[in-house]
Amino acid sequence: MKHTISVLVENKSGVLARIATLFAARGYNIDSLAVGETDDPSISRMTIVVNGDEKILEQVEKQLNKLIDVIKLNDFLNVEHIERDLVLIKVKADKNSRNEILQIVDIFRAKIIDVSVSTVIVEMTGDENKIQALLNMLKPFGVKEVVRTGIIAIARGG
Amino acid sequence: MLKTGSEIFCESLLRENVKVLFGIPGGQVIPIFDKIYDYRDKIKFILTRHEQGAGHMADGYARSTGNVGVCIATSGPGATNLTTALATANMDSVPIVAFTGQVATSLIGNDAFQEADTTGITRPVTKHNFLVKDVSELAKTIHEAFYIAKTGRPGAVLVDIPVDVQRATTEFVYPETIDIRSYKPVYTGHLGQIKKAAELINSAKQPLLYIGGGIISANASTELFKLAEKIHTPVTTTLLAIGSFPPNHPLNLYMPGMHGNYAANHAFQNCDLIIAIGARFDDRVTGKLTAFAPKAKIIHIDIDPTSISKNVQVNIPVVGDAKSIINELLKYVKKKNNKEWLKRISEWQKTNPFSYKKDNKLRPQYIIEKISEITKGEAIVVTEVGQNQMWAAQFYKPKHPRHFLSSGGLGTMGYGFPAAIGAKIANPKKTVIDIAGDGSIQMNIQELATAVLNNINVKIVILNNAHLGMVRQWQELFYKRRYSAVCLCKPDGCLPSDASAKRSTIMIPDFVKLAESYNAVGIRVTKKEDVESTLIQALKIDKTVVMDFIVEEEENVLPMVPTGAALDEIIMSLA
Repeated sequence: MKHTISVLVENKSGVLARIATLFAARGYNIDSLAVGETDDPSISRMTIVVNGDEKILEQVEKQLNKLIDVIKLNDFLNVEHIERDLVLIKVKADKNSRNEILQIVDIFRAKIIDVSVSTVIVEMTGDENKIQALLNMLKPFGVKEVVRTGIIAIARGG
Repeated sequence: MLKTGSEIFCESLLRENVKVLFGIPGGQVIPIFDKIYDYRDKIKFILTRHEQGAGHMADGYARSTGNVGVCIATSGPGATNLTTALATANMDSVPIVAFTGQVATSLIGNDAFQEADTTGITRPVTKHNFLVKDVSELAKTIHEAFYIAKTGRPGAVLVDIPVDVQRATTEFVYPETIDIRSYKPVYTGHLGQIKKAAELINSAKQPLLYIGGGIISANASTELFKLAEKIHTPVTTTLLAIGSFPPNHPLNLYMPGMHGNYAANHAFQNCDLIIAIGARFDDRVTGKLTAFAPKAKIIHIDIDPTSISKNVQVNIPVVGDAKSIINELLKYVKKKNNKEWLKRISEWQKTNPFSYKKDNKLRPQYIIEKISEITKGEAIVVTEVGQNQMWAAQFYKPKHPRHFLSSGGLGTMGYGFPAAIGAKIANPKKTVIDIAGDGSIQMNIQELATAVLNNINVKIVILNNAHLGMVRQWQELFYKRRYSAVCLCKPDGCLPSDASAKRSTIMIPDFVKLAESYNAVGIRVTKKEDVESTLIQALKIDKTVVMDFIVEEEENVLPMVPTGAALDEIIMSLA
């Protein structure tokens, strides 16, 4: 089961290393990790996507909470929330295929942000499924590089 | 008035009521040591011979008192030498604060001389650590370090101080209070959970109190005693909880687990309720997890939520301080009489107590039994790790908590002797005995100099079986007696088929001569009949004494639950 966990931490050097060390030492796998400052510059938010059964997740969350620099933790499982991931995809594109790629990009409401003689770079935000769908559509043209930010998430409503 | 980082260091230690500091100076802590010189009347400095020794001394000081133990080392190798001691203390929830020097902030990351990424290296073996880059942060950081070390589930905290920060000056203000927004330990247990726990206790027919080191950290032995008597429930105390319940009390089932008491292990397998307090269901206690306590519901009281349902699924968790939770619990539990259950247990206890062969050979268990008798359980016994540790746990019967100190979680050979020095400094009027093996004592033997030079009257009892005994035992039992790298007195093994060639006549080392070379007293004992008189005589000598007991080489620690077996598949003797 995939869990998206949002962790508020002290914005200090070494905090990311503490979290990474914890996951490595206890053998938990991180699917993705995104870090950024919050509206309070002394606090950062880490959005971590972890895969594991309930028992492992319970330990992951308790262990994270045990770290001195972790202020608060939310698991978005069973919480109405929105997830977003930003992806940049470099696709092979020559004069024959460019139009078709543009159509696909259009349908997905993605953007072309760079063009060269042999490639285009596509930018899109979306959730995991939408990004996967776009990637599947672009694969036949030859995907040269994929860069993703990792998922960030926010709860709906108040 | 402006103060240097080094002065702030000393002033802060005074504010934290630190009386003793263990350590070794070096290039990147010289400014601090210059101040330690000025404060020498207020803070006693104990110069050790290895930083690991300093760390274990701080640990022994802390375990025997409950106060924070403090040690200091230089950067690089000083810090790396400390890591074993930090891991040892942290795994057993012992409050220590370690300070390390660091290269100047301008050099950090440049692979400077004696530079190591100390906070990086120690991160997984401490509760928390700090690198202080600005002198204005130093006082607050030291205050936080002590606070974190001693509150919640106690642990090891390290503060890394670059040498330029030690020299820099700032206005000294020691913060009165501490408020760390991300760290709020919970002490009071949830009342609803406590009431549910009480109901379960009231309806249980065959309950068992499973007590871990947390009871000692929480200073809750008195409360435990009240609870056990009121609900008439047997008590099994783990290696770290030995001394928290009175010996020879009819409810005392002593240590459970791999080398634990038969009755305790059978009580686990037959009970209908486990009341775990400050214990963490370690694999050495539970044996095969899937077969552990098949009939039992579990109440787990612990200050650390990560301990709960980590290894064993728990029915009623209560997070908080053992002392306050037991006090609450006492209001809701009914006075009980579990006569039937205790009758069964006393049968197990009667038929299978801890025992050993009583012949005229010099057996290690006998020595420990005698120590227990002679000191009446009033001595602080510290152990090394291995067979010596298990025999000490089985046969030494301390009358008080904080009188049995042992590296349980990490299992650090070399822990005992320096920890004994720390305990003796903290408890100068108490008899302090290190029970050692000939292997583990050599892992920190250099601290003999520290003990002798500071007139620290500790007694070392070496159970000398010429082997790394516990590994030898495993090789005997599970590897067809193929003794690989366990003989300590000959390069090619101790035990050839020819019994007469059993032991080299040259002893390496000769512990008696070794003791004498450090100006300590060395005594060798080879006969059973000399044990008692030697111990009595040694305890009277006001000096560091090394007793070298030449014991049976192939004595095994029994009973034993083999790895992967259930607790009731316990082996009592070897046919």
